[in-house]
Amino acid sequence: MKLKNISLLATLALTATGLGAADKPVLDAKMKAAVDKMIAVSFPAGENQDLSRLKQDETIQTCNIYRDNVPEKLAAEITARETKSIKYPADGKLMGDWKKGQKYYTMGFAYRIGTVEPDDPKKDRGGNCYACHAAEPKEVAYGTIGPGLTGYGKLRGAGDDIVKYTYEKIYNSQAFTACSQMPRLGHNGILTPEKIADITAFLVSPESPVNK
Amino acid sequence: MKHLKTGRATLALAALLALPGVGGAQEMVNAEAYRAALQDKFANPGTMVGDRGETLFKTPRGPKNASLEKCDFGLGAGKLAGAYAQLPRYFKDSGKVEDLESRLVTCMIKLQGFSHDEVTRKVFGDQTKNESNTDIEAIAMYVASQSDGMPINPPLKHAKEKEALKMGEALFYTRHGPMDFSCKTCHGEDGKRIRLQELGNYASNRKNAQDTMKTWPTYRVSHGMVRTLQSRMWDCNWQMRLPDLAYGSPASVALISYLSQQAKGVALDLPGMKR
Repeated sequence: MKLKNISLLATLALTATGLGAADKPVLDAKMKAAVDKMIAVSFPAGENQDLSRLKQDETIQTCNIYRDNVPEKLAAEITARETKSIKYPADGKLMGDWKKGQKYYTMGFAYRIGTVEPDDPKKDRGGNCYACHAAEPKEVAYGTIGPGLTGYGKLRGAGDDIVKYTYEKIYNSQAFTACSQMPRLGHNGILTPEKIADITAFLVSPESPVNK
Repeated sequence: MKHLKTGRATLALAALLALPGVGGAQEMVNAEAYRAALQDKFANPGTMVGDRGETLFKTPRGPKNASLEKCDFGLGAGKLAGAYAQLPRYFKDSGKVEDLESRLVTCMIKLQGFSHDEVTRKVFGDQTKNESNTDIEAIAMYVASQSDGMPINPPLKHAKEKEALKMGEALFYTRHGPMDFSCKTCHGEDGKRIRLQELGNYASNRKNAQDTMKTWPTYRVSHGMVRTLQSRMWDCNWQMRLPDLAYGSPASVALISYLSQQAKGVALDLPGMKR
């Protein structure tokens, strides 16, 4: 039940700031076709070039057409579609190991391709969460693009609803906020469900240094 | 005297670089001192890369055994003073809007007889392998430096110049790749950071765009070599986990057109020096 409240609050917050207000498309069909064509010719095929990464799914295409300021009806379609995409760990446990989560929250550099400076494709990857979000108080090298998450579990508790919300938000941020700036880490295959459960524990667990 | 100054500034720089991680207000003060130390042009190794570029520029090379001295960067063949400050621009001979580096590619093919593949096969020196800057990086540094002190002012008259600006802006806001990022994700708001690195807001903060654009090409201290705008465009896309953005591609030129217009009016301060 509390989970519903969170979604409702998010919707209200969006409406209050005007972000959810219906807006006109920024990209018309002609301009969108021109941008697509420019991208297609500017990223040529070749060794270690995974061109499938350039493909925009329906959600991100909609975000691009409206420059993230999507009308309410389309926003509802996006959150519904993205919610459906969420997958869970095989064992059903959304609260993993916070110590592993600490590692995956921190780890950044991997998954880069091309021929100039590619990463080893076998390199284990994390979420690079510190790039945008503060977490442990002792870590000063945090970014500020996203909200700080220090004391995340201390503020919210470690109830099932919070655990589920946290897991799902990391798996697919757009299940809650259409065109959220946060990567859809599970949906896009950056993180496995197990790693997301570990990061969830790092944020929520009372034992985690995030909450000390 | 020059040497003495260079030595002192380099020592100061080394001392700053050796500082352990610090936080809060002290961190900001040190960042400012660090930037001040980078202002000393005599201590900027980018100058030497530009000197090498000058030699390469004036030396007959390629199948046609020609130098680049007849290359027209928009102000007439061989006229370099102020040319970089007015790029990207439309060129009748290629029928395209070109930035400095795509223009160099055109001239190396047309004047010197190189193939496109020969020119673009290896454009960036690899700092992870301790390489030197490539020839085209050095030449770009040389040509750009001839606009030091001149305001960024690319023309916006030709329909294709207007189109490049429009396309560059559209691309700046286009989200794609496995991270769902666009340029705007990191560069759309004032005062943001990625990890400890401050991010410029190039969408709506003219001063941020100017402070950044006036010092490209730049000597990157962390790379130990000169980096150009084409390299920076490739680098951001690489960090976004996208395939390689092709050197001189329409998307790269469109982005540089957009960023140059955002930064219009500021005097270039070259060679730049950055972290």
